[in-house]
Amino acid sequence: MSEKNQATGVIGWIDERLPILSFIKDHLTHYYAPKNFNFWYFFGSLAFLILFLQIFTGIFLAMHYKPDAKLAFDSVEFIMRDVNLGWLIRYMHSTGASAFFVVVYLHMFRALMYGSFKKPRELIWLFGVFIYLALMAEAFMGYLLPWGQMSYWGAQVIINLFTTIPFIGPELGVWIRGDFAISDPTLTRFFALHIVAVPMVILLLVILHLSALHTVGSNNPDGVEIKKHKDENGIPLDGVPFHPYYTVKDFVGIGVFLFLFALTVFFVPEMGGYFLEHANFIPANPLVTPEHIAPVWYFTPFYSILRAIPDPAYGALAMALSIVVLFFLPWIDKNPIKSIRYRSSLFKINLFVFVIGFLILGWLGVKAPTPLYSALALRFSEMYFIFFALLYFYSTSRSNFFSYLFTGILLSLITIYDITRITSENYLTVLIGLVLVSIFVIFMTITPLYTRLNTEKQVPDRVTG
Amino acid sequence: MSSDNPDNGRRKFLTGSLSLVGGTGAAATLWPFLSSMAPSAKAKAAGAPVKVDISNLKEGEKIDLIWRKKPIWVVKRTKDMLDSINTNETKHKDPMSDNTDQQPDFAKNKFRSLKPEILVLEGVCTHLGCNPAYKPGENKFFCACHGSNFDLAGKVANGSPAGANLKVPPYRFEDENTLIVGELPGSNETKKG
Amino acid sequence: MIKNIIISLLIILTLSNVSYSAAKKGGIVDNYKAINNINNKASLQRGAKYFMNYCSGCHSLKYMRMSTLAEDLDIEETVFAKNLIFADKKIGETMTIAMKESDALIWFNAAPPDLSLTARSKGADYIYAKLNTYYEDDNTATGFNNLALPNTSMPNILAGLQGGQKVILDSNNTPIALEVKSKGTYDENEFKQMTNDITNFLVYVSEPAKLKRYSIGFWVLLFIFIFTIIAYYTKKEFWKDIH
Repeated sequence: MSEKNQATGVIGWIDERLPILSFIKDHLTHYYAPKNFNFWYFFGSLAFLILFLQIFTGIFLAMHYKPDAKLAFDSVEFIMRDVNLGWLIRYMHSTGASAFFVVVYLHMFRALMYGSFKKPRELIWLFGVFIYLALMAEAFMGYLLPWGQMSYWGAQVIINLFTTIPFIGPELGVWIRGDFAISDPTLTRFFALHIVAVPMVILLLVILHLSALHTVGSNNPDGVEIKKHKDENGIPLDGVPFHPYYTVKDFVGIGVFLFLFALTVFFVPEMGGYFLEHANFIPANPLVTPEHIAPVWYFTPFYSILRAIPDPAYGALAMALSIVVLFFLPWIDKNPIKSIRYRSSLFKINLFVFVIGFLILGWLGVKAPTPLYSALALRFSEMYFIFFALLYFYSTSRSNFFSYLFTGILLSLITIYDITRITSENYLTVLIGLVLVSIFVIFMTITPLYTRLNTEKQVPDRVTG
Repeated sequence: MSSDNPDNGRRKFLTGSLSLVGGTGAAATLWPFLSSMAPSAKAKAAGAPVKVDISNLKEGEKIDLIWRKKPIWVVKRTKDMLDSINTNETKHKDPMSDNTDQQPDFAKNKFRSLKPEILVLEGVCTHLGCNPAYKPGENKFFCACHGSNFDLAGKVANGSPAGANLKVPPYRFEDENTLIVGELPGSNETKKG
Repeated sequence: MIKNIIISLLIILTLSNVSYSAAKKGGIVDNYKAINNINNKASLQRGAKYFMNYCSGCHSLKYMRMSTLAEDLDIEETVFAKNLIFADKKIGETMTIAMKESDALIWFNAAPPDLSLTARSKGADYIYAKLNTYYEDDNTATGFNNLALPNTSMPNILAGLQGGQKVILDSNNTPIALEVKSKGTYDENEFKQMTNDITNFLVYVSEPAKLKRYSIGFWVLLFIFIFTIIAYYTKKEFWKDIH
């Protein structure tokens, strides 16, 4: 049905050789997106904007930054003081890093809420998780570059994670650092990876993420496929052309985002020590560890999971699992209903508890560990994984036998781990924690047998509102 | 107006203003980035005036200094050398130093200098930026890159690829023997008082 | 006027409760809070003067370019050169000092730290508390100890101005108050004012851009606000098509 492009002149000449017009058509003016996008659908375009911003500001920072252990810290202060408006560029980049994670976390939460990872969008989700991983690597390596105390000791802690890998660990750590401790070679290779390698990987993944998205089309808050109902021209009845409708809408989102972004950049660039940590204004010193090392806020939930298990190797394993599990999400939650709007109350409770738990894990990650905090971190780490177990459980309606079996296995695992670690000193916190987690699990898995809490709603045929 | 017939005037006005404001914003956002590429405060500080003692400079001798990362020549010209300088129109492209970009006002004279015997020049060929050689025996500067000739006032000879006279930097004498390159005469008198 | 009010509101709204691990000592040290006002040029100028008189003998500000300082604090370069620059330094240079680290180690047992970024790494309150909480202690080499930085090797160079302080301990040997023992050149308020000026100056030094970013930020926010309003009405206009 695509009529021949009528363009003449320069545009026409180019279009015969390079299909820019059909590209614009396929991806903007004739890309039909569901008409019922809500607030949660701003974050994709915002993430794209921030990616552009980070690359752009990064290029200009790289013009003034010196990747040399002797010069790095001074060159950052040089940017902050001597380069014309260098402070602005640096704050945009440092705030952009945090903003990227804020936006990406909200974007991922949207996918969880509306089932955007489910068939036929599994690949979109997989590329997305890869982008998230690449982003973590990018942020981690970028954080070493200012060569402050937190840069140094944060990297020290994370690289030491790799040394917990059996057999090859210690050599692997040395190989990553290029020295026996973090030093100049580590800095220069992190610089190369941060400004060239990882950004290229991220860009490639973003292209794949978007290509996959535009192949199957966007999900929406109702989780219904708009392509099922088309008019006589083959245009989805509930779709609107991305341009101009979603471009003008995204501009509103961009405006609100930029307002908050500028508010941070100009008024609270340190964000109370969460975006730029205080100790990072002291040059890296391999002989003095800061009193309290905390990763930047976006890593703290996973850092909590890492610390929750005293044995570093198992802690690292748990942290790795907590990210790996995300890749399997489309095959864990196989419930055909996508959107939270039509799913059961128990699903909503599960998601709500997961979000709260994730936030608490994040909060615990910036705190110095105390016995109580460590106990909480362990329980909420368990809750993190229980969320996925329950998602699997809610994939379909479960029989009595399966429900009890599932509950039994889950609680046994938790209890067995608790038995291995219980002592005369910690038995009270262990027992209270065990009881609370058990009550939650039992409530979530057994109530469907006796109540209507797990009843799902009828999914409408077409999008609502 | 029915919503089936969009109000095109209003729509055009709104998209127009959105593009205008957005475009202005994007252009303004470029400013910090472009300005960050200009010399930093550190580079400017390093480009501060250079002070040099010329009491030991012998007649006919040339010394090189660096000001703003560029070579600066100071030559004490002999009587012979001064005699070799002329403003003959057939020999020079710009005999009267009319090109005001090439020297401060004080040097728009026959010897292109404050004091006749002391020559201060930027040692950068006005053709393509090479560093010409000082040929005291031949009373000239010669640029080996493309064969430009300059007399001992830095005036470019006819037939040279270079189009303009060698540049005279701003300079002044703090006292008899102290040359300051980078400040004009009288510009910083206030500093002393 | 309105702009200033809005900026102040924004600053108050976004004021973060920063906890600097180095400054959190608990006890009476936490009572020493600096009153920061980076826009108080007079305070910054006084702070610069005090710093040059009392601190710069040992402490460098190696990232602070003097020309930037002169410009930001509205001090004329000639006045600045006469009053604030030592020896043969040029105004374009940074405020490094002549003392060698090896000498410092002999004299003080520790190299006096560069103070360019102390206000950012440890916080303004720490600096203010450090200057205010010296007390006499015969067990130390300098004869003084400090509540903000116990067993500091820095001598109490402001003792003559403040007057020596005595610490009052409760039954658990926890300090509960500091008391001026002998009268100094300054009275209590003058001394607090002075140390606050020094603190304020060091806050400026830790981030000179702070002087500019609030007012630039105001215009940027205003611009983005206008953009968002227009975008909102454009969106509304276009979405009239969609039922």
